[in-house]
Amino acid sequence: MMRGSGLFPIPSRVLHWLMAVLVVAMLFIGIGMVSTVSPRYEALVAIHRPLGIAILVLVVLRFINRIVNPPPPLPDDLPGLQRLAAYASHIALYVLMFALPLVGWGMLSAARYPIDLGGGVQLPPILPHDLGLYAGLRGLHTALALLLFGLVLLHLGAALYHGLVRRDGVLGSMTGVKED
Amino acid sequence: MPANSPFDDPSRPALAPAAVAIRLGAIGAVLACAALLFAYTAGVFSPHRLSPDRMIAAVDLGGGPVPGFRRNHAKGLCAAARFDSNGAAAALSKAALFKPGSVPVVARFSLSGGAAFQADKPSTVRALGLRFLPPGGQEWRTGMIDLPVFPARTAGAFYDLLKDTAPDPATGKPDPAHMKALFAAHPEVLPALKIIGGKTNSSGFADDTYNALHAFHFVNAQGASVPVRWSLVPVQAVVPPPASPPSGDNYLFDDLIAAQARQKLQWRLVLAVGQAGDPTADATLPWPADRQKIDAGTVTIDSLSSEADGSCTAVNYDPLVLPDGIEASDDPLLSARSATYARSFTLRAGETAEKKPSAITPQIVQSGGKS
Repeated sequence: MMRGSGLFPIPSRVLHWLMAVLVVAMLFIGIGMVSTVSPRYEALVAIHRPLGIAILVLVVLRFINRIVNPPPPLPDDLPGLQRLAAYASHIALYVLMFALPLVGWGMLSAARYPIDLGGGVQLPPILPHDLGLYAGLRGLHTALALLLFGLVLLHLGAALYHGLVRRDGVLGSMTGVKED
Repeated sequence: MPANSPFDDPSRPALAPAAVAIRLGAIGAVLACAALLFAYTAGVFSPHRLSPDRMIAAVDLGGGPVPGFRRNHAKGLCAAARFDSNGAAAALSKAALFKPGSVPVVARFSLSGGAAFQADKPSTVRALGLRFLPPGGQEWRTGMIDLPVFPARTAGAFYDLLKDTAPDPATGKPDPAHMKALFAAHPEVLPALKIIGGKTNSSGFADDTYNALHAFHFVNAQGASVPVRWSLVPVQAVVPPPASPPSGDNYLFDDLIAAQARQKLQWRLVLAVGQAGDPTADATLPWPADRQKIDAGTVTIDSLSSEADGSCTAVNYDPLVLPDGIEASDDPLLSARSATYARSFTLRAGETAEKKPSAITPQIVQSGGKS
């Protein structure tokens, strides 16, 4: 019988799971590094900055991929409110995955902290050197990160709801595994 | 119901209400675990974890915080400077700024402590921050102080030192029992304090020697790495401090401004090259005095300016801002300083509206150091 939705194309699934790992790692690294003065701080910052730029590049690729490879439709019987929540939360996830690294780059620019990508390569600043600008963007970076963590939880909860309760093939369309 | 509803699928019988409840409960448990793990990582359940805020609170015991100012080294003065490299360090480090030539430097002279309006005293630790700006990025920042060694090896030891040596409100002096506990818990502190106590003071900022204290690794174009500690050694003669401290709350800064108007102020960047076995993770231990010293060039002060109109104000002298060619060592204080400075920088950046004018005003600088 029709399970309502086909699978996500393979490039979409690869990008989704790669970014899932990177974004979750990034959220934990970010919240952890600002909470400690231990030697882990240096190591975490050295990962956080280039990883953020990698996510910025990946989310652009992913946006292009989404246009080239559209996602499968949601099940026909999904209630209107859940359908709206699905669309809105996915738009918010994309916006945050794009905005967080960009705000990070901007705030480091306003503070004139270098962004080392490794191998002696540094990113140029994208904003003027300005304490007030830095303060605003630094606060925004934390606020957006907490919002993204909340949305990731919501996304995970909704995916499990589709997979375990509705059993409508939505979870399987991204895992590639048929649920029972 | 639409044809593709799972509820119409005969191979997939509808879940019993109890099964739905169990599954919803399991989903809730997964989400709760993820949220708790995130909160744990943030330190919510670890009140004893040394965070930047706890370090800053300990520094504040010595006076502070003052809104808009650095949480440590709050009282300061900016300087426009330059570094003329003689090329001698280029064999040790591939950093562009060590090639022969001149790079601009944004410098900052300061007194230790969070009290932005403290009165200058001869015994207060003096500091010099430098930001080297070679063309094409790869800048180098270093914050140095005029102590021969640091009094603590780790962030935890420094935290205890700040707490245990803070004056007891009742007596105005540190509690001897706290001091005893400090020396027992961190046996490196007492020997380091003895070395610091034996240091000869100079008269002020202009004739002081500033030491990075931490070891770093210099990496050259061939990839060879050596441990290095650096110092800024004055070219101008060192004058012993006067027998009785001069009057004036800003006398150290006034003297610096007057000296700069009178003569060219210069420091040599001296690199001490470590050998196998020299401690790189312990800033309380001096290296043997006979280690090879390399004079890498000269830092010259071109002009001084108040923080009100100087270019050092928006700079965090983060010891981990390093060019390609200088790498951090395993010294645990580097992360501690970097993390705490970053927090201090964020705090003061958010307080610019409440910030009072710095103690050393543009008028004091223009008058040639007449506070």
